Amino acid sequence: MTMRILTVDDSQTMRDMLAMTLQGAGYDVVQAENGQEGLDVLKGAEVDLIITDLNMPVMDGFDFIEHVRSDTQHNATPILILTTESAGEKKERGRAAGATGWIVKPFEPEKLLGVIRKVSP
Amino acid sequence: MDDLEQFKQTYFQECEELLGDLESQLMALEDGERDVDVLHAAFRAIHSIKGGAGAFGFDQLVSFAHTFETVLDLMREEKVELTEDNVLTSVRAGDILADLVNAAQSGDQLPADHGADVLQALTVIAGGDAAAPAAEDGGEEDDGDLEDLDFTPVRIDLEDGAEPSAAGGDAGSESAPLDLDGGAPAVYRIAFRPRTEMLQRANEPLLLIRELKELGTLTATVDVSDLPALPALQHDAAYFSWTFELVTTHDLMAIEDVFEFVTDDCDLSIEMVEETSMPEAPDETAEVAAADDAGTAEPQGAAADGQAGPDKADGAAAADGGEAAKADAPKPSEAKAAKKDKAKSQSAAPAVSAIRVDLDKVDRLVNMVGELVITQAMISQQSDQVLADRYPDLVRGLEQLFQHTRGLQDSVMAIRAQPVKSVFSRMPRLVRELSMQIGKKIRLEMSGESTEIDKTVIEQLNDPLTHMIRNACDHGIEDPDKRVAAGKQAEGTILLSAEQRGGRIVIQIIDDGQGVNRERVFAKAVEKGLVAADANLTDEEIDNLIFSPGFSTAETVSNISGRGVGMDVVRQNIQKLGGRVSVRSEPGKGSNIILTLPLTLAVLDGMIVRVGGESYVIPLTNVIESLSPQDGDISLVAGGGDVISIRGEYIELIYLNQVFSIESNGTQSNGLVVLVEVEGGGKVGLVVDEILGQQQVVIKSLEENFDPIPGIGGATILGDGNVALILDVTGVRSLQVQASAASAASAASAAAKTETIEIEECVA
Repeated sequence: MTMRILTVDDSQTMRDMLAMTLQGAGYDVVQAENGQEGLDVLKGAEVDLIITDLNMPVMDGFDFIEHVRSDTQHNATPILILTTESAGEKKERGRAAGATGWIVKPFEPEKLLGVIRKVSP
Repeated sequence: MDDLEQFKQTYFQECEELLGDLESQLMALEDGERDVDVLHAAFRAIHSIKGGAGAFGFDQLVSFAHTFETVLDLMREEKVELTEDNVLTSVRAGDILADLVNAAQSGDQLPADHGADVLQALTVIAGGDAAAPAAEDGGEEDDGDLEDLDFTPVRIDLEDGAEPSAAGGDAGSESAPLDLDGGAPAVYRIAFRPRTEMLQRANEPLLLIRELKELGTLTATVDVSDLPALPALQHDAAYFSWTFELVTTHDLMAIEDVFEFVTDDCDLSIEMVEETSMPEAPDETAEVAAADDAGTAEPQGAAADGQAGPDKADGAAAADGGEAAKADAPKPSEAKAAKKDKAKSQSAAPAVSAIRVDLDKVDRLVNMVGELVITQAMISQQSDQVLADRYPDLVRGLEQLFQHTRGLQDSVMAIRAQPVKSVFSRMPRLVRELSMQIGKKIRLEMSGESTEIDKTVIEQLNDPLTHMIRNACDHGIEDPDKRVAAGKQAEGTILLSAEQRGGRIVIQIIDDGQGVNRERVFAKAVEKGLVAADANLTDEEIDNLIFSPGFSTAETVSNISGRGVGMDVVRQNIQKLGGRVSVRSEPGKGSNIILTLPLTLAVLDGMIVRVGGESYVIPLTNVIESLSPQDGDISLVAGGGDVISIRGEYIELIYLNQVFSIESNGTQSNGLVVLVEVEGGGKVGLVVDEILGQQQVVIKSLEENFDPIPGIGGATILGDGNVALILDVTGVRSLQVQASAASAASAASAAAKTETIEIEECVA
């Protein structure tokens, strides 16, 4: 069964790069442009892993994660935050919201896949 | 990575939008807007630019963006005050950021200290805060740092027995982990007690254990003593803890990495017990995996026994000494599966509301639809009454096809359309800066920014629009005291609006300034020899003299609008786009410059004319009127040209059959003159044999196959299947000028004679 990954990022560049890397590795990819769209996607689809940016319009990553975690259907879905901040504060806030782990942008494809394997069943 | 280039394209497109967005947010700040949303939006724009820049290694851009972003971050957290100075610095930083993006895009190397003063100012605003993360960020780019080590690719055990991981295709190909470092193995004892929060963040103990096992030979003891009785059991709480012994050649850091995401959500201790040369055999400890889900605790038989039962797969792996060789076996099928998955994932993929498409692809589509429209027109022309009587259904079908083709054409054209906002959004800043420089108070209002227009038109609209806005600021709006004296508000207003009217876009620039000073314009025009001193012009004609070539009324050339180009260049640019520009003005009340532009450059409204046996298309935007000259209207002037007198005005005539060397095919000539406007506002009369009609034609570029042909702007295929050339009237005029110069030089009198004869033929 192919794992399906939801990527949430307002940057087309980032979504494209993620999609290419992930699809190249054989994952199914669903995309959303912000947290709200991400939640909409989750309403209609099962996903096995979520990768989300933090700074986004409409609904940011923190709110998005909190919403996902409060939803019984996805409260156990691994969520990786995507952030340029290596500064601890963002990671902390992400973790506090319920993020499983993080990926530091810019990412190298290998690293990204490594982190995904790390948290995926 | 080859795909990088393709991403770069997307990135720079995105940057353009982001920079535009950033600019409008910064302008809002400058306007005194203090809404935190503005700061958020500005921050996001910079942040996104930085994110992509990092991926492509634009280091200068990254570090500048970082400092900039830090300042905005502090502003939105109200740690830095939004003083005027700070806002101004941010606006300047926005410019530098744009420079850096442009440099990255063009590949130009900016001097390393480009924007150094602004960067310095930002750093000062940020206080100490910017420095630290900046250093950290710098490290982020460096390939050899800690952050990198965090993410050493993790191996996956395919024999895990669990669901095959989609990503696993290449995982098993590496040699066994024990060989990796080659150093002497060491034994680590790891005590691990997850807390409930860890589970709530979807971190699975099982996964961590699996990962640990990748590092070497793992033995695990599970402690289930905390497990409460069933009724007290909470489904999402953590009850188990583990003690592991790991024999590995990896170092401590590799082990810590395994727990990277959970260090704060568990009790963890890792210590090296001994260095050894022999992997230790598992003893009476329970095997790893069955403890697994017990982490999330459904009471299982094994768990209830107080001991986790051995998981078969894991047991085998441990017995093999963690050998990964087996993983190679299923590879081929795995690879196939992965491929299938990929195909599936692409078809099933994303639910996004917009896609980016290469412009070339769109243009190909536009071209194909153009062909379709032509073919359709050809078919329509074939269908006559006889056909309609015999095959009514077929003809009805053709009519529907006609409707659908038009619909398709409109839809395809709409793909190329973009809102004028992207150009309009640059204007508020221009007005603000100008008004500061020239000491006037000017407010810019905009409307209709969402009006859509062809992308190419938009791209070429910026310069003319900038120029006209400058003009309105510089010449239109008066100084504040002058305005007050005239009973107006001290603050002048410029309204920039766009709207669609039929098949065209109308852009207006309306100011409430002093209007065109007709006396001065007229005097200037006379002085420049543009009009005769005794010419009797209407007010409107005088106003429009400002578009005449070389016309500039600014008595002292200011550094605002007097830059060597005038409104004539504006007119030229607009005409090149198939548009027109004119001005209406009321002295003391203001001016209204009206621009009309075609929705698209792919089709144009043309007048089809016949010259001899050939058809030509004259762009309708150039056509002023057509008339059939009376005897005596045409006269020969010294120098070899003919002129026609229309309402007292003498207009040069161009005989298209001469210009294009077309033999008269003996058909009766009506000797029609089509009065057209050429670049720079001059008028010429084109002499043609017949006007066949007016229609929308699809422009086919000739440039792909031919060198530029003077006088010809393109070609089209008419409904009857014939090719017609589209005239470039300005080019035709220069052909004429050259021709008459040449003939004047060689045999002046003879040429004049033949021409006279031909005129008579035409006029007859």
